[in-house]
Amino acid sequence: MELSKSVQQFLLETGNIARFTGRFFRQLFTPRNEYAEFFRQCYVIGYNSLALVGLTGFIMGLVLTLQLRPSLLRYGVESQLPAMVGIAIVREIGPVITALIFAGKIGSSIGAEIGSMKVTEQIDAMEVSGTNPFKYLVVTRVLAATFMLPVLVLLSDAISLYGSWLGINIKGVTSFDLFFSQVFDNLAFGDVLPAFIKTFFFGFAVGIIGCYKGYYSNKGTEGVGRSANSAVVVSSVLVFIIDLVVVQITDLMGLN
Amino acid sequence: MDTGIKQAGIKKPGVDTAVIRIRDLNISFGSNHVLKDFNLVLGKGESVVVLGKSGSGKSVLIKCIVGLLKPDSGTIEVFGSEITEMDDEELDHIRVKIGFLFQSNALYDSMTVRENLEFPLRRRWINVEQDEINNMVMEALTNVGLENTVDMMPAELSGGMRKRIALARTLILKPEIILYDEPTSGLDPVTAKEISDLIVEIQKKYNTSSLIISHEMNTVRRTANRIVILIDGKCYADGTYEELSGSADKEVQPFFSK
Repeated sequence: MELSKSVQQFLLETGNIARFTGRFFRQLFTPRNEYAEFFRQCYVIGYNSLALVGLTGFIMGLVLTLQLRPSLLRYGVESQLPAMVGIAIVREIGPVITALIFAGKIGSSIGAEIGSMKVTEQIDAMEVSGTNPFKYLVVTRVLAATFMLPVLVLLSDAISLYGSWLGINIKGVTSFDLFFSQVFDNLAFGDVLPAFIKTFFFGFAVGIIGCYKGYYSNKGTEGVGRSANSAVVVSSVLVFIIDLVVVQITDLMGLN
Repeated sequence: MDTGIKQAGIKKPGVDTAVIRIRDLNISFGSNHVLKDFNLVLGKGESVVVLGKSGSGKSVLIKCIVGLLKPDSGTIEVFGSEITEMDDEELDHIRVKIGFLFQSNALYDSMTVRENLEFPLRRRWINVEQDEINNMVMEALTNVGLENTVDMMPAELSGGMRKRIALARTLILKPEIILYDEPTSGLDPVTAKEISDLIVEIQKKYNTSSLIISHEMNTVRRTANRIVILIDGKCYADGTYEELSGSADKEVQPFFSK
């Protein structure tokens, strides 16, 4: 009985998110376009995440290199370290880890911001002021998240590779040019393009879930906290699900 | 139920002077039937207070008037236009004429006082000059006596100041009707009196029609030309403060007992 109730709840939530997403696409193509708010959100979501994404990317590249090195040494293929780290970062680790950091920072902040606006009647005030709150709050944030995450992933990949080069030079000597030529020589079109395209879907998922959780927040301040928390959990899980789907599709297309 | 109070000696607004006319309004949330065949008329320049217990549907009523909630049945005419079937664009034309002071003030936390006041102006009048916007912002702030808060954030203001700023934002489009949702709740008696006096002053200065939701009797006494008592989702009694406060009706009396 309990299981059936939670399955019902899950299906209901999935249906509501699908309907919310449908509303997003309908509103996307209706006037008026909120360009100023969209660019403001790009700044808030993108620029303000640079430091965090850069730091985590650097540590990720450094640690991955230090962890992989002993195993490659054992098989005598230490020279393949730049190629291996490059592929791992560009194809999988960079996009997924950056998306998870993004979900933690931006998903929770969108959920909490819109949630608090909801419970303090700011969304109603917007509607009464002649503003379509869905267009102003949701459409702008989802679009900003969708377009900013790929930029952050590119930056994170670059900093990760730099961290990896420093990691290699802790216990050896490899020139900057040699490291990066080895990385790029081993990266194919099929490594870069699907990995880049999936980041748009990750960004969209984080944005839409953050907005959905905030928009339907209730039960006062407790509900706002719950919205923020739930936005992070659901969008993180969605990042992995999207990743799984993209990997299957690229595999079917022969890009793996 | 005939309370013997309804319409006692009150000159109700006629068809020509009514700015809001609500007929047989019904709205339910699940099994909770909040408003049942509710009727109300607000005349031009009139100040009507809707009095009722917490949870009696007072806030639901004014949210229906601005189209934030859709009633199950009944009609709401604002300036003679039926609003319950309007789409968003049509509603926006009506909403320009209606100001709404929210119970929680609903100031935008991420914006300064100036930006809060500019927001409705920029949404409504896209091509308005910055100088004109500045003048209107300062005029609205002067009306509520808070000209020096223009660059402050809402979080830096006291509860009473936030209420005044919210009122200034409501006034900035010079609405013909102002709906007040519990304008003095959560305020100390001195600030509550100041807000009540401000409501009366604004009504006189701009000749606005006011619909005030409240259960605070000092506010009711100061602001009401007429009082409507909402009980069990219906308009139970309708009269002036003097008439209703002298009533022997056992449902009406508790609202006025000291």
